Amino acid sequence: MVGCKQPTLRQSYPMRLTCPFCGERGVEEFAYAGDASLTRPAPGADQAEWVEFVYMRKNPAGVHRELWYHAAACRQFIKLERDTRTHEILATSPI
Amino acid sequence: MQDFRIAEGGLIDRSRPVPFTFDGKSLEAYEGDTLASALLANGIRLVGRSFKYHRPRGILSAGPEEPNALVELREGAAREPNTRATIAEIFPGLAARSQNRFPSLTFDLLAITGLLSPIFAAGFYYKTFMWPAAFWERVYEPLIRRAAGLGRASGLPDPDSYEKQTAFADILIIGGGPAGLAAALEAANTGASVVLAEQDFALGGRLLSDRRIINGQPASVWLADTEAKLRAAENLRILTRTSITGIYDGGTYAGIERVSDHLPSSHSQPRQKLWRIVAPRAVLATGAIERPLVFGGNDLPGVMLAGAVRTYLNRFAVKPGSTAVVFANNDDGAGTIADLTAAGIKVAALIDSRPETPPALRALAAAHTIPVFTNATIRQANGGIALKSVSLGGSAAGTKIACDLLAMSGGWNPAVHLASHHGGKPVWNEAIAAFIPGPMPPGLHAAGAATGQFSLGDALATGHAACRSAAGLEAAPPPNFSTGDESAAMTALWQIADSTGKSFVDFQNDVTASDIALAAREGFTAVEHLKRYTTLGMATDQGKTSNVTGLALMASLTNRTIAQTGTTVFRPPYTPTAIGALAGPHRGQHYRPTRRTPAHGWAEQHGAIFVEAGEWLRASHFPQPHETGLQQSVDREVRAVRQSAGFCDVTTLGKIDVQGPDSAAFLDFIYANAISTIAPGRVRYAVMLRDDGFVFDDGTVARLAKDHFLLTTTTANAARVLRHMDTCHQIYRPDLDVCIEPVTDQWAQFALAGPQARLVLEKLAGAATDVSNAALPFMATIEAKLCGSIPARLFRISFSGELAYELAVPASYGAALATALLEAGAIPYGLEALNVMRLEKGHPVGAELNGQTTAADLGLGKMLSKKKDFIGRALAQRPALCAPDRQALVGLRPRSAGATLQAGAHLIPAGAAATAANDQGHITSAAYSATLESWIALALLEGGTTRIGQIFRAVNPLQNTETEVEIVSSIFHDPDGRALHV
Repeated sequence: MVGCKQPTLRQSYPMRLTCPFCGERGVEEFAYAGDASLTRPAPGADQAEWVEFVYMRKNPAGVHRELWYHAAACRQFIKLERDTRTHEILATSPI
Repeated sequence: MQDFRIAEGGLIDRSRPVPFTFDGKSLEAYEGDTLASALLANGIRLVGRSFKYHRPRGILSAGPEEPNALVELREGAAREPNTRATIAEIFPGLAARSQNRFPSLTFDLLAITGLLSPIFAAGFYYKTFMWPAAFWERVYEPLIRRAAGLGRASGLPDPDSYEKQTAFADILIIGGGPAGLAAALEAANTGASVVLAEQDFALGGRLLSDRRIINGQPASVWLADTEAKLRAAENLRILTRTSITGIYDGGTYAGIERVSDHLPSSHSQPRQKLWRIVAPRAVLATGAIERPLVFGGNDLPGVMLAGAVRTYLNRFAVKPGSTAVVFANNDDGAGTIADLTAAGIKVAALIDSRPETPPALRALAAAHTIPVFTNATIRQANGGIALKSVSLGGSAAGTKIACDLLAMSGGWNPAVHLASHHGGKPVWNEAIAAFIPGPMPPGLHAAGAATGQFSLGDALATGHAACRSAAGLEAAPPPNFSTGDESAAMTALWQIADSTGKSFVDFQNDVTASDIALAAREGFTAVEHLKRYTTLGMATDQGKTSNVTGLALMASLTNRTIAQTGTTVFRPPYTPTAIGALAGPHRGQHYRPTRRTPAHGWAEQHGAIFVEAGEWLRASHFPQPHETGLQQSVDREVRAVRQSAGFCDVTTLGKIDVQGPDSAAFLDFIYANAISTIAPGRVRYAVMLRDDGFVFDDGTVARLAKDHFLLTTTTANAARVLRHMDTCHQIYRPDLDVCIEPVTDQWAQFALAGPQARLVLEKLAGAATDVSNAALPFMATIEAKLCGSIPARLFRISFSGELAYELAVPASYGAALATALLEAGAIPYGLEALNVMRLEKGHPVGAELNGQTTAADLGLGKMLSKKKDFIGRALAQRPALCAPDRQALVGLRPRSAGATLQAGAHLIPAGAAATAANDQGHITSAAYSATLESWIALALLEGGTTRIGQIFRAVNPLQNTETEVEIVSSIFHDPDGRALHV
């Protein structure tokens, strides 16, 4: 049966994401969790830095590092590099 | 009587007659027919009326591109409008009806719109029905919808069921014509897992329709042999009746399989199935769609695409007419003439629009004594409700030829739609005067007529090659498919210059060549504007027969090339898709899960009325036989708790277990108040903020042991809080050694509240567990065995403001505990009474924790720790979040006894006008308090508690009510909390 076999020729586009812990899964198992390149300010940082962290987001046409949450399975956050123009996923890794 | 059925041949089963009805008339067809071929076999050529002009229309094509022959199928709730007769398989008892005609198909009063057509030209909506503006909704729109419509929706819930299924394959082959079959044959050899999807119920594509030779034998022999091989291959799954409708990211394809549309009754099968096929590689073998020619009256019943004529003759053994004229701009006319004459249909003329007719075609015509008119056209098709004759133009101007069938061919358009679903624009190919696929979605390899290579030999060879490249194999010479010569030479012919009557480009939308000229004159020359202004290419066929022709006309009107003019964007779905198929089984109760607590059945038995709380069903109240309304039951439940003891199912609260050496530090980080200072065995009310400084959620945190905490969340935020904790742990503080696990479903939990609560608990705990005030003081937790054997965690916490406990037991004991509580003298109360009592105590819930309130707004400002870092600390200190005039939580009581209060009412200072400028706050929650014998409310009001004692008007402009209220403390009952500590 066809249904039993996983594809042998792989491609990475985000209807299918490869969780480093669970393997390739449908995108509906995941939740987008924002920009992975943000760094949480130190506790004493001034408010401008916090505003930058909480509110300001880039919207790049090109490679975007982003977090996805494998909500329906292992509950692990994973890091993707995705080209926002083509949806191509260039890399997937644990955070 | 199937008067137009050919005695022999075809792929129908004459031993299996199939009765069906059309417009109520009983007719007969054979198994293997479509509704279109069945109608033609019975001599029915007038099938519907057109969208705008109510012109008589017949059958143009033999496939999913059909713009004319749209019918209603089935009856009652299952009635489906706008179904293409050309793909509807016949089945015993099929009831089909024509559409958009009044009162009948042959005599349509609204056909007068055709005479008024100058008014109804492109853009007529925008020009004609503008004034007065108020007329649009009440007069114009209903009028237009009645006159210009297609089928009628049943208006009833869809009685059918639908399914979804996912398949994984190495290679998906889209299309089971010669190219797709050649690809599948090769794929079967590679051992890769393969899905072959074909929209028809039979494999073969044009091989079913054209009399072709492969390797010296009729193509049907090769086809049967190929199908047998493919069906025997274990690595190949064949999906017939399955249209691939979209290509998505990641090699994900959507397909609609018509599982039981061809059966009289679904026999418990789903009607359709939505396939998601995940395949990293695919072969696009979708073939091509023939183009109509544009001349006056080209929409008359009897005017058909030449390829469709051949389909009806060869596949269905049906004569679409008795005397035919063939009109073509290409060499395809040869096959059409051969098939027509072979079926005994007289061909009255071949009209070739090209300056030269090739000698081979000329010789074929001569052999059948068919007059050939070279460099000639048809300027007008004549007839009332069916074709009677054609008037020629060009070199044959003045000639008129009687006929009842016109087979026309304007060349073929490769079916490039799917190839464009990732945004790749199709590319104009001058040699075939058509678009071919441009940049393709990753992994897609096109073959056959879809690439503009129209010969059978090319289809077989490119199908083989596309499969090799899709499978990542080196190119190899294809098996020897000997198919004989054929020519697809053509010279584009977009419009007949001297044509006089209505020349249709888009049959379905009644868009004529002159509409396109009008759009050009008025400046709608961009393709997307052209489409919107004229409706060219809209509706069920999405311009499959009309788009390219329309673009070509626009190109010539604007002196651009077709390549410069470009195409509109192709988007999924490729063919009309039932909404039911997209929804699948997720309908009604199955739209989302219904969560029931472990004691749900118990509550049901005890008469509970349930309400939805998110996904949960919760008991709202437990009416007694003599009670007449909700309020009476709620008042009784509230009094019982305040005077003796009640219990309430609070299982739905989110419960999260946190363990590990850094648990306390982690919880200090996520909660705004201190957690690490909780002693083991104690519980604390805790609040968490978001990073932006607003309140996120609240609940209790119990420290079960030094490194073991159990926290609760609000019902609504259970999943969100868990995700937030995972974020905080994995992303912000991965250095902390903690383990977070949701345990909501593992525990059944009951609040037991009231002055008698301890007496009830003592009965359950027995002598084994000391639940005295000393052993289990306020905000403490212990483990216990209830009823002798039920393991339990007891928390002395209170939401109602009474002496209260929460009793948590493993989920399977939920009903047993409820039974025991009732037997021990507590009465059950529901969500309504719970809400009244929390209101009496001023506890904020969802209406107050609305994402726009700070801890200070809710009177919780003092909880924010100054000694530690926590989520939200920095931005909670923003000046605007600390401003003294922010709206903050207060209580309200009406000034006159008995007056009611409503959530949502706005607070206006007494004496001020009820305007937005004077609006200083609003009521967030309101209820009748049986304890205070008055309506009470919580509100968010500018200045908060500094306004206590002031008088406001609570104004509800929606219901036109107004109540004078006094601002009071938000804690109405037992403000000192004495009851909690007894």
